[in-house]
Amino acid sequence: MAAIVTVAKVSKNYTRGKQTVEVLHDLDLSIEAGDFVALMGPSGSGKTTLLNLIGGLDQPTAGSIEVAGRKLETLGGRELAKWRAQHIGFVFQFYNLLPVLSAQRNVELPLLLTKLNGAQRKKNAATALAIVGLEDRASHKPGELSGGQQQRVAIARALVADPTLLVCDEPTGDLDRDTADEILDLLALLNREHGKTVIMVTHDPKAADHARHVLHLDKGQLVAEART
Amino acid sequence: MNLLPLMWAGLFRRRTRTVLTLFSIIVAFLLFGLLRSIANAFAGGIDVAGVDRLIVQPKYSVIDPLPISHLNVIRTVAGVASATHADWFGGFYQERRNFFPKYPVRPDEWFQAYPEYQIDPAQLRAFETTRTGVVAPAELAVRFGWSIGDKIPIEADIYPQRDGNRLWEFDLVGTYEGRASGLTPTEFLMNYDYFDEARQFGQGEVGWFVVRVEDPAKAAEVASAIDAQFANSSNETRTATEAEFQRQFANQIGDIGLMMGGILAAVFFTIVLLTGNTMAQAFRERIPELAVLKTLGFSDARVALLVLGEAVLLCVVGGALGLGIMALLANGVAQAIKDIVPEFELIWQTVAAGLLIAAVMGVLVGAVPATTARRLRIVDALRER
Repeated sequence: MAAIVTVAKVSKNYTRGKQTVEVLHDLDLSIEAGDFVALMGPSGSGKTTLLNLIGGLDQPTAGSIEVAGRKLETLGGRELAKWRAQHIGFVFQFYNLLPVLSAQRNVELPLLLTKLNGAQRKKNAATALAIVGLEDRASHKPGELSGGQQQRVAIARALVADPTLLVCDEPTGDLDRDTADEILDLLALLNREHGKTVIMVTHDPKAADHARHVLHLDKGQLVAEART
Repeated sequence: MNLLPLMWAGLFRRRTRTVLTLFSIIVAFLLFGLLRSIANAFAGGIDVAGVDRLIVQPKYSVIDPLPISHLNVIRTVAGVASATHADWFGGFYQERRNFFPKYPVRPDEWFQAYPEYQIDPAQLRAFETTRTGVVAPAELAVRFGWSIGDKIPIEADIYPQRDGNRLWEFDLVGTYEGRASGLTPTEFLMNYDYFDEARQFGQGEVGWFVVRVEDPAKAAEVASAIDAQFANSSNETRTATEAEFQRQFANQIGDIGLMMGGILAAVFFTIVLLTGNTMAQAFRERIPELAVLKTLGFSDARVALLVLGEAVLLCVVGGALGLGIMALLANGVAQAIKDIVPEFELIWQTVAAGLLIAAVMGVLVGAVPATTARRLRIVDALRER
């Protein structure tokens, strides 16, 4: 299969006061379309930084990142925002739902950037909520849902605009084991049945077992790759 | 993309705080509607003042009298078409709060000087020929339930009668009104000859003269010529256009516009600080949420617009509600203060100005959070969660 993500010679530095910290060093990586990849490694190894770079949330200090046929370093802020809306679905550890909006309206958010009218947005959001098994919670606000349900809403929001890539940062980090397994099964289903490429950062080896490939990072470099 | 529902939902993230802020904005704009309408009412009289009329008043103080003999001199000045006089009677009807202006005048001359007021000719003749006769604005007669033929008792606070009696009794012989809609007279007119004979002091004196000029373009020259006639006399005059006279009259109780403007500036300054604080707090709490919106593909400009829009929406909704409530209360307020501010009315220009101020206030309040939101880096902002 063709590579959907190509990371070439990427370095990323952060400046903390007078100190410059190199988080990623000369990293190369290729991820095929339709893959489910888990990024593992100790804290500070650069997992989330790499995920942010692939998701177009940040820019590398050096090197090149190509995702879904676009070299991200060539895109300006506005273009990058538009690109993210079309190609990337984000799932965060703490769900990051807007507390004032119902589940339905949270899922509709990415569709506000499309040309769909209100009725179409509502229909698509309902479909996404049905995929994650929450069609009966559409009118509930995040505060009225359990952690697992909130994460399902977040996944529905990530899915609704039919992105190329699902980028998940510790999606089960705030959940108990059973709920975490449900969420991981859902991500695996989306990968298997809907063909979504999934890249997931996790500390949890059991979570990584749901992925097809596991990549290990340490000190900003890829140290191992395994097939599950 | 319609951001309005998102703005509205964002505003009510902290419902109590938003409602309290909204309430303070409503009160501010209620006050704006009230005070602007009062200032407009004072200015309104000035705006409708005749351009061909001059008022001749004492040079140093409006409470000094002028001798009626000035009238014949004024009539000889080149450019004067006609002249008459009036005085300030003061006094009240039944209760002190029933205040309205009362002028002793020469009936025929007065209505010639003020052709914008109309009176039935028969009633005008009755006014001329009845020594104790008075004519009242039609609206005033309706307000107090007066009918022609009624005795109207007025308690004097300046001019007692010769025998010291402060209660004057007049006969209502007619009513008058403005020829155009919106032109509502307020003066209760009495016969000067009777007033002058019956008062205890001040015979042969008047308060001011009303002069009509032949050519309004030469009003300033005529005014100077009149004042020149009395220069260095014991009763020097100061002649001004009627608009200027009314402005000076209004200024006796202070510069209304300046006072209202000062109060409103203080109110709005406080509201900008209060609302600004609310928006700043709301913004700080929502930094991760705004970062999430950017993550989803909302551009920097859209997120900034969302934040700015919330501030503008809050101020405009508060302003509209405040002005709306003022509109509902306007008739009641007008009735309550008609003796002091007879022309009180909430006009559309005041409403439009209020909404514009509300929008500008929203932009001021939202500018800093919006700029910060625009510059927000997603990775840094998400880390704050």
